[in-house]
Amino acid sequence: MASAHGANQHGANHAAHSENHIVPKRVYFFIFATLIALTWVTALVSRIDLGRWNIFVALAIAILKASLVILFFMHVKYSTRLTKFIVVCGFFWLSLLLFITMADLWTRSWMGVPGR
Amino acid sequence: MDTNVADAPEIANPSALQHHFENAEQQRDASTIGMWSFLLTEIMFFGGLFLAYFAYRQAYPLAFASASLKTDLWLGAANTTVLIGSSLTMALAVHFAAIGKRQLLVLFLILTLILGGVFLGVKAYEYHDKWVHHEIPGPHFECEGCVDAQHTQLFFSLYFGMTGLHASHMIIGAGILLVLIWQAYKGKFTPDWYTPIENFGLYWHFVDIVWIFLFPLLYLIDRSGRGLT
Repeated sequence: MASAHGANQHGANHAAHSENHIVPKRVYFFIFATLIALTWVTALVSRIDLGRWNIFVALAIAILKASLVILFFMHVKYSTRLTKFIVVCGFFWLSLLLFITMADLWTRSWMGVPGR
Repeated sequence: MDTNVADAPEIANPSALQHHFENAEQQRDASTIGMWSFLLTEIMFFGGLFLAYFAYRQAYPLAFASASLKTDLWLGAANTTVLIGSSLTMALAVHFAAIGKRQLLVLFLILTLILGGVFLGVKAYEYHDKWVHHEIPGPHFECEGCVDAQHTQLFFSLYFGMTGLHASHMIIGAGILLVLIWQAYKGKFTPDWYTPIENFGLYWHFVDIVWIFLFPLLYLIDRSGRGLT
């Protein structure tokens, strides 16, 4: 952008591109309060015997907390579709790593883990 | 901030718009995507450790359950609270960078650094506690009252590996924060260009997310003691 073009173009460009998405502060405080509440819920629920469901409850709460951080603190909710797509791809890839490997270990009890 | 358009620093500041970008929006999107690409490699980096954790927990459930009881539930929960608090102060720091409040930006970066330091301090205390009780895998390892004590070493190896990698990310983050605090104090960041603050925020929140999973997986395996009776 040559400065010779003057303030007009300059101003127009500014208006067009530099819209920082300003999230109201109360959103952050609300998300923070929710995250803290969920932290103590997960700590307290872990002391109740839910049988095999303990781990699922713990992971569900962790996934919910992580989603809140990603969407609001990391601004993904307000990001471009390309950014959203990349984020989803990343976690999809992680789920491939975890689920495909664990599917073997869960269903084929004769398979050992290294060291056993 | 709209009134600043006339003397917008994006021209004055050479770092504002690189010549190979069409406009600042494209530049910002590119840097956000670049940062996320880095974070995806980090997700896979930690993902390998999480996979090892799930595989060995599946193989030795009793050892993992009894070793997990050696961690301090309330210290872990308190530390989670501290770390989420540091994420809040970081999110607010990015907010103040975006609206051009330099002093508040510096203040909230410092608060983030302090909360990160508290987290690491508590972690160091927990490590020391493990050290004193010989709960470090190796020739002098002991796990008093543990079921399948031999394999509890696997839990503690993963515990130190995962929390250690997490802590090293925080130490690196604290180092970067020191630089950012200095730059922010010097007035390097404006509402038109504060990409380092924004991207560091992404990094800091990512480290928070890792801990959000580490806490239930390491501290909360079998708190009701069901599996061990």
